[in-house]
Amino acid sequence: MKTHSTLTRKLLLIACLGASATGAQAAEDYSSFLRPAEIPQPDNNRITSARVELGKMLFFDPRLSGSNWISCGTCHNPTLGWSDGLPTAIGHDMQVLKRATPTILNTAYQPLQFWDGRARTLEEQAIGPIKAAGEMNQDMDELIKELSALKGYRDAFEDAYPGEGITENTIAKALATYERTIVSTESPFDRWVKGETHAMSKEAQEGFEVFLGKGRCVLCHSGFNFTDNGFHNLGLKNDDDPGRYGIRKIKILKGAFKTPTLRDVALTAPYMHNGAYKTLEEVVDHYDRGGDTKDNLSPNMQPLHLSASEKASLVAFMKALTGEPAPVSLPRLPTE
Amino acid sequence: MHKSSRQKLLRIAAIATALLAASVAQAAEVVVDQLNKTFVIEGNKVEAISINVGDTLRFRNDDPFFHNIFSLSDLKTFDLGSFPQGQSKTVTFDKAGTVEVECAIHPEMYMEVTVK
Ligand SMILES: [Cu+2]
Repeated sequence: MKTHSTLTRKLLLIACLGASATGAQAAEDYSSFLRPAEIPQPDNNRITSARVELGKMLFFDPRLSGSNWISCGTCHNPTLGWSDGLPTAIGHDMQVLKRATPTILNTAYQPLQFWDGRARTLEEQAIGPIKAAGEMNQDMDELIKELSALKGYRDAFEDAYPGEGITENTIAKALATYERTIVSTESPFDRWVKGETHAMSKEAQEGFEVFLGKGRCVLCHSGFNFTDNGFHNLGLKNDDDPGRYGIRKIKILKGAFKTPTLRDVALTAPYMHNGAYKTLEEVVDHYDRGGDTKDNLSPNMQPLHLSASEKASLVAFMKALTGEPAPVSLPRLPTE
Repeated sequence: MHKSSRQKLLRIAAIATALLAASVAQAAEVVVDQLNKTFVIEGNKVEAISINVGDTLRFRNDDPFFHNIFSLSDLKTFDLGSFPQGQSKTVTFDKAGTVEVECAIHPEMYMEVTVK
């Protein structure tokens, strides 16, 4: 009896293994890489069309800067993957800044904002660059005065935040709301995950396997937004930026920066927090070497020994994360 | 040695052993797993835990990537450094109060430890 039941169990096990082996790719559940149904949004600042419209006006209005010349959209340019195509940002008075302009695609899904994660909310983030001397160099009182002088803005604020007036808080909330609507669209990869077997090329599918396995990419670039929302030192050459260590004085965070999304990554060159690499191929080579500066390297990094075809497939996979361009309509800014 | 003093000594030794055993039994060790970038105790995700003075938390990494548990709270400042899957490190909480524990790599991993 006993032997019999053991045998049955063994047979069952073999049957199960057989089933999973033949089911292979198609049966694999990659739904954790699909976009959650809802855009995360705080209870005190729900997304409404009036708020999105106001936020969009503010986002594209150069009068938000001290020079009246730089808008949020100057650096977060929707035609350049919501970034600027530059190695590092150019701010007030043509200053070249230390860090690259991150895309604002899918920031709604990030628990911490900025390369070093110093802002806990998009509302807090939105105000940072406006006031920063090196970026938009704006005096908040001055800005509130300028906006309050325009009937178009007075009405738009009243529609979006009735009775709350034009304040730093409502400016932040409107900008954050607009940013929350800037989300990635369906990419060939998403269609492939949903079962369209030919949506992604064979090479890109191979690249996804390298991404999950030998390439070790998924250790940090995980989930729908392809980020662990974590901080890692990637061992970039000639970089003395303390990164996250400026916020949390823990050794491992020296030179560590937030894992960026890989959604639409083909559109946001140059790459890395300091714009060190012009192409995705260069980025893959960096990881394949296991980084360059090793004194505080992320322990997740190690030489990968990828073949030329594995590297090429990884790049093909990353390119398959580009969604159809979402239409962006530009607002007419109030002049009176 | 006098018989009476030897008995006394034995008695003291017995009491000391009993006390030691009692204190060992009292000071608990709780295993806190790091799983899917969350803190997990006995299979349940935790964001707060209450322990007694002298208790030890053993942080064990069950994820295939590194974690780095630390606290900058005044009551108990520590940095366990980064450690891989399968490894664990311990911290003993010797004062009453509240300690905020976080992962440096994944700040979403956050837990409040109340030491009573
Ligand atoms: Cu962690």
